Amino acid sequence: MTAPLPDAAPRAPRAARVEELQARIRGMQSTRLETKAVPTHPAFADVLPGGTLREGTIVQVEGSMTLLMALLAGPSADGRWAAVVGMPEFGVEAAARFGIALERLALVPDPGDQWLAVAAALADVIPVVAVRPVGQVSPAEASRLQARLRQRGTTLLVAGAWPGSDARLGVSASQWHGIERGHGHLVDREAVVEVAGRGEFVRRAGSRLRLPGRSLEFAAVPVERLPAAPSFGGAAPAAPSSALSLRRRARANPALGLVGEARRRAG
Amino acid sequence: MNVEPGRTIVLWCPDWPIRAVCRDLGLDADTPIALIDHGLVFACSAAARASGVMRGLKLREAQLRCPELAVHEYDVELDVRVFEPVVRQVEQTVPGVQVVRPGTLAMRARGPARYYGSESAAASALLATLEALGLEGSGVGIADGPFAAEQAARAARAARAAKPSAAARGADGGADMGARVEIVEPGASAAFIAPLPVALVTDQRTCTLLNRLGVRTLGEFAALPEADVRRRFGAAGAFAHDRAAGREQARVLARTPPPEFEVEQHFEPPLDRIDQLAFAFRVGAEGFIQRMRDVRLVCTGLRVEIDDERGGRSSRSWLHPRWFTPADVIDRVRWQLQGAGMADAGLASPIVRLRVIPERIDSTGNHEEGLWGGGPDERVHHGLTRVQSMLGHDAVVTASVGGGRMLADRQVLVPWGDRPPERGAGREGDAPWPGSLPALAPASVFRERRPVALLDARGADVAIDARGVISAVPERFAVGGATSGGPARRTDGFGARPVRAWAGPWPVVERWWDPAAAKRVHRFQIVDDDGCAWLLVRDGDGWWAEARYD
Repeated sequence: MTAPLPDAAPRAPRAARVEELQARIRGMQSTRLETKAVPTHPAFADVLPGGTLREGTIVQVEGSMTLLMALLAGPSADGRWAAVVGMPEFGVEAAARFGIALERLALVPDPGDQWLAVAAALADVIPVVAVRPVGQVSPAEASRLQARLRQRGTTLLVAGAWPGSDARLGVSASQWHGIERGHGHLVDREAVVEVAGRGEFVRRAGSRLRLPGRSLEFAAVPVERLPAAPSFGGAAPAAPSSALSLRRRARANPALGLVGEARRRAG
Repeated sequence: MNVEPGRTIVLWCPDWPIRAVCRDLGLDADTPIALIDHGLVFACSAAARASGVMRGLKLREAQLRCPELAVHEYDVELDVRVFEPVVRQVEQTVPGVQVVRPGTLAMRARGPARYYGSESAAASALLATLEALGLEGSGVGIADGPFAAEQAARAARAARAAKPSAAARGADGGADMGARVEIVEPGASAAFIAPLPVALVTDQRTCTLLNRLGVRTLGEFAALPEADVRRRFGAAGAFAHDRAAGREQARVLARTPPPEFEVEQHFEPPLDRIDQLAFAFRVGAEGFIQRMRDVRLVCTGLRVEIDDERGGRSSRSWLHPRWFTPADVIDRVRWQLQGAGMADAGLASPIVRLRVIPERIDSTGNHEEGLWGGGPDERVHHGLTRVQSMLGHDAVVTASVGGGRMLADRQVLVPWGDRPPERGAGREGDAPWPGSLPALAPASVFRERRPVALLDARGADVAIDARGVISAVPERFAVGGATSGGPARRTDGFGARPVRAWAGPWPVVERWWDPAAAKRVHRFQIVDDDGCAWLLVRDGDGWWAEARYD
C-alpha cells in the first residue's frame, strides 16, 4: 500500500507521510459528496479536520457555551446569519464581545416542545443554527432533519445529545487565569477541547484553546506551553499524553467517548 | 397682476393640541395642562393660561407659575390623528377642505354660501357640525383670502370673550352661535386686519426692524409703497405686504380625501375562539391589503382594535419589517388575542368587533423587489416570520446590549419586527457603568437566578456584613435547583464541591433613593474544581448564581 521508505528518514516525516497517504486513501474511498466549508474561527484550525466546519453537518457542542459562541463567531463575522434555539441563558453581551454580530442573530429562547420544528424552519434560511434538544430525538426525525440540512447547506450545532451526529466537541478541562483565592478576577481561560466523531474527526483530539483569551479573543495555545499546564478535574496529568490515553480509551470503548465522559461528569 | 382673493371660510378650534391630548388621554380640559416641545411650553389650557402660563415659557417657569400644571410631551402625530375625524365630519358638511394645520380648516365660501343660502348660514352649519363632535368654543371667520379669514375667526373668538354681542353679525344662528362668527364684508378685509400687529405676517427679525421703523400695525405696513417694500425686504417682504394689504394671492387648495383603507368587522353572534376569528377575518384582511395594492401602496404599520362582549377593548400598534401581507395581518390579530395565553385557547370574552387601521403606508416603489429577487435577509425574514406564526410574536427576538449593572438589564431582547429601543434614552451599553463587570462577560446568563450555597470550611453559610467584609473564606459551593443543561455535579453527600479560586465581594448599590427599586448586592466570582467559573450574587435572601462562565 505504501512505498517503502528509506530507514534513514527521521520518524516524524515518515509519520507525516503515512498520515498524508492515509488521508489520500480516505479521500479516494469516500462515498460522501464533498461538502463546502463554513468559514470558521481560525482558532479551530488544529481542532477541526481541515480547520473548518462543513455545511450540512451536525456537530454536538457540549458543556460550554463559550465553545458554542466560538463556533458561531466565525460564520457570523463572515456576514452570515445565526440562530440560537432553546437557550434562554445565551449571554448576549458575551456573544457580542466574542465577535458575533447581534444584528444577524435571531434568538428563540422558549420554543417549548416545538423546538425541532423551529430548528427545521430556521435551518431552511439561516446557515448556522444552534439548538438545545428537549427530550429524546428519534433517529427518524434526526435523519429527516439531516437530509434537510444537507440540502440547504446548514450547519446544526447541538447543545445536547443527538443520534448520528457528525462530530462531538466538548471542553474536558479548563483552567482560569487571573483569579486567585480572594483576589484578582477572571481574565482568560485555557480549555482542552476534545473532538470525536465520524470519518476524519477520529484522528484529532485534545487541543488546547483560549476560550477566551486575555483580550476576549479565541486562539490556540502554542504547543510549547503545553506541558506546563496543570489541569482541573483530576483526569489527565499532561495534555499530550492525556489526549493519547483518552483517545485509546475512546477506541477501546466507543460508548465511553471523550465527550460522553465530559457530559457524564457534567451531569 | 392682482388676482381678486376669493371669499374664504376659516374654521378655528382654539387650543387644538390641548384638546387632542385631552381626547386621547381622557383628561379634563378645564384643569391646567401644558404641552412641552423641546423644553418650552408649546400650548396650554385656558386654566393654565389664567395662572400665567403662556406659550414659549420654560417648563420650570411654567411649573413655578402654576404648580398643579399637568405636563405632557407635545406630539404632532397625535394632533393630526385626532383631528382627522373632525376633518372627515366637516367634509360631510362642506366639501373641499384645506387643513391649514391641525385645528384650523380653510374652505372656499362661494359654494357653501349658495348651498346654505348665505355665508352666515354656512358658518352656522359648520359650527353645528363641530358642536355635534363636542368641539364647543370654535370660531368661524369669513373674509377675502385665507389670512384675513383666519384673523376673522380668531377675532370672533376674542370678541365673544370680551363683548359677547358687539361683533356678532351672523343673524341666523342665534345669539350664542352668532357670537362665534365674524363675517368681513367683501372688500373690507384690508380695513379689518389693519389694526392687527405686524408680527402676524413677518418673521421675528423683520418684525423687530419694522417696529423700530415705527411700523407697528398691518395697516401701517400696507401703507408703505409696494415697490419700496420689495426693494428693502425682498420677495418675502413683498408677500407679507400683499397679505397686510388684503391682496392675498393664496387660494384654498382643497385636499383630496385620502382613500379609506381601514376595515371593521362586526361579529354576530360574537366569536369566542381565535381560529374562528382568524378564519372569519381572512376575507377582510385580503380586501384590506388589496385595496392598498390597487393604489400602489403597502402598509408597514397598522393598529388592531378588538372589542369584546364585556366592553373591553384592546388596541395595539404592530410594525412590519417589510410590509403586511393578508396572512401577516391575521397573524397580528391572532397574536394580539393570544397575548400571553396559549395558541388555541378560548378567549376570556367573545369578540364582537375587530378593526384594523393602517398607520404607516408607503409607496410600493420603495419596496419593490430587486430584479433578481430579494437578498438573503429577505429569506431570513420569511423564516423568522414563520417561526413567529408558530410560536407567537414574542418568541423570536433579536438582541442588543443595553445599559445597566446587572447582567439581565444589559440584555435587551426585542421581538422580530419591532423597533429596537432608541439610543439616547440613557441606557446605552457602551456607556461607562461604574460597578459593572469587567470586560469578560459570562457566556450563560440565567434568566432566573439560581439559588446556590456558598459555605466556609465548617459548613456554615458565608455571610457579608454591612461593611462588605466576608465572615469566612468560602471553601465549598453547591448549586440548587439545577435545570436542564446545567453542569451541576453532585460530588459528595452535601452536593457541595470545593472552591478553587474566588474573588469578591464587589458591592453593587443601585437606586438607593428609591425604596421600591433599590438594590444592594455583593458579587463574587468563583471557580469550582471542574474549572467552571460562576458569578454569584449575595443579597438579603442569600446566595444566587447570576451567570456562569462556561
